[in-house]
Amino acid sequence: MMPVGPIYSDVAESAFFLLESVGEDVIRTNPRFFYKFRGVEKVAEGQSVEQVLLLAERFSGTSAFAHSLAFCQAVETICEIEVPPRARALRVVYAELERFRHHLAAIAGICNSTALAVATSQAGILEEEALRLSCAITGHRYLFGLNLPGGVSLDLSGRQCDFLSQAVQDLFQKLEKLFNLLRYSSSFLDRVEEVGIITKEKARSYGLVGPIARASGIVRDLRQVSPYAAYDEVSFEVPREDEGDGYARLRVLFQEAEQSMRILRALLPSLPKGKVTSGEVIIKPGAALGWTEAPRGATWHWVRIDEQGRVARYHLTTPSFVNWHGFHLAAEEFAYQDFPIIMATFGLSNAECDR
Amino acid sequence: MWKWVWEGLKTGIVTTAYPAQVETAFGVSPGCPAGLPRISATSQEAEEVVSCCPSGALKRQDRQVSFQKQQCIHCYRCLRQLTPPLEWESLGNYEWAVYLRPATEGGEKFGRSFRRSLHLRVVDAGACGACLSEIEQLNKPYYNMHRLGFFLTPTPRDADVLLVAGPVTDHMRLPLLKAYEAMPTPKGVIALGACAIFGGIFGAGFASLGGVSNLIPVDILVPGCPPPPLAILHALLALVGRAQAETCSAADASQGVDSHV
Repeated sequence: MMPVGPIYSDVAESAFFLLESVGEDVIRTNPRFFYKFRGVEKVAEGQSVEQVLLLAERFSGTSAFAHSLAFCQAVETICEIEVPPRARALRVVYAELERFRHHLAAIAGICNSTALAVATSQAGILEEEALRLSCAITGHRYLFGLNLPGGVSLDLSGRQCDFLSQAVQDLFQKLEKLFNLLRYSSSFLDRVEEVGIITKEKARSYGLVGPIARASGIVRDLRQVSPYAAYDEVSFEVPREDEGDGYARLRVLFQEAEQSMRILRALLPSLPKGKVTSGEVIIKPGAALGWTEAPRGATWHWVRIDEQGRVARYHLTTPSFVNWHGFHLAAEEFAYQDFPIIMATFGLSNAECDR
Repeated sequence: MWKWVWEGLKTGIVTTAYPAQVETAFGVSPGCPAGLPRISATSQEAEEVVSCCPSGALKRQDRQVSFQKQQCIHCYRCLRQLTPPLEWESLGNYEWAVYLRPATEGGEKFGRSFRRSLHLRVVDAGACGACLSEIEQLNKPYYNMHRLGFFLTPTPRDADVLLVAGPVTDHMRLPLLKAYEAMPTPKGVIALGACAIFGGIFGAGFASLGGVSNLIPVDILVPGCPPPPLAILHALLALVGRAQAETCSAADASQGVDSHV
């Protein structure tokens, strides 16, 4: 038995793993989470919609926009608010920018876990450039404070759109170059191929979502299954790989980053004209579900608002929560040094899981 | 393998010139309201400005509106949802670290021998992930804190400074305390981000303690949600006496949102 956590590694989120090992080989992993339980859903009860919006975007900072969007969509359904076309298109822009940045960070994490110094630095440069781009365009490096019930708080000028479109393409070209170098580095492939395999049957029975499910051959994406914002107006492909190993997950991340870039390139020059908010928002009582495809997978926000216009009940189902359930499937029968690699290719967040 | 070497050399040096020069690149800091404190025409107008702030960073005293950066969570409501909006300054605005009284100031706690060699242990006490991501950036080429003599270490027994992010959840209280007790003296604690300073939007509640200083003594605060990497770098430099920082009292730092209990 080998305990890992809750404080471990250099910069890692708090979690605990009990590894059952025979010498170098680990035969089973028992994860234990909720060290970071902040009671977001409980804290939200009895608070105003404005305040809960802050909770929704700040409980998981690395996928803030997707979560605040899901919450706003739930509120909009309850209050029967019509979101203007420009705001719906801008939501797609911001959501894809976040996905692009998240996947760059995840790829940087995978490079780091395999101890490939130059690749880590290169991916780190790309990640920081994506963060600076987000900040230069929207004001915040992690896209906080953009969503409002009824629209978005920030409009983009034509020049900003052109700049963003060009900058994302440049970043992707650098990423493509890095990926091509990685593809032909045998020392890297040795460490990610056939590591942490999840079969299609297991992925289906555990109900896995997001890039992890798509790397195991399940094509399921809320952006296509049940489009929100302006996703019914853009066309894109949902990548799929069948091996279910670490390398398949890396390829899915790369292809999704490419699709995000293509969506941004297609959408930015032809944003609809008009307002970005629906004006005065009147909060009504009721209950509704909001959903988005967050960078890590499908996320669901259930909101009930009472007669006083305050949140009476708030429930979250997050992709990390669902996918951590499948983590032990991948972390079985492996050598100890592969543990960080399996963690990195999963790329899950404990903050998002623990809430 | 030569391809990697060539790729690395071709990229050149991208590291920021801070602290030798002010970093003026776009997008290194989310910024914060500027031009405060200011006197409004009427106390009603001042109240209007203050009431748009959800975290209590804007404070009113009669007609005067003041700003306390420890409590700002960058929600941009005073910039985008207020008419007329407050001035907002982001270019070159990141030196935010604040000493917490009665802790010792710059370099007093750590002697000269720590000035260029300080080991840090990061503890995630319920952070949202953005703070941790910003600490990771410090280790990457753009900020590269190794050049200034700051190193991350995996064990608290080797650490001089504990970097704590998050509002300290119930389940992380014991691990955090144990990590603090395992450190050799002299030891310092940095509270990173609004959550670690006063509990942030989570506040003190049934599952969180609402700030690191409620559990262990804190030396320096890094405001921001999340603090940009340069703000963290400024705090580290201030802790070993290589940069100047403001001072505030513990009472000022913990006046956050109301408790949710």
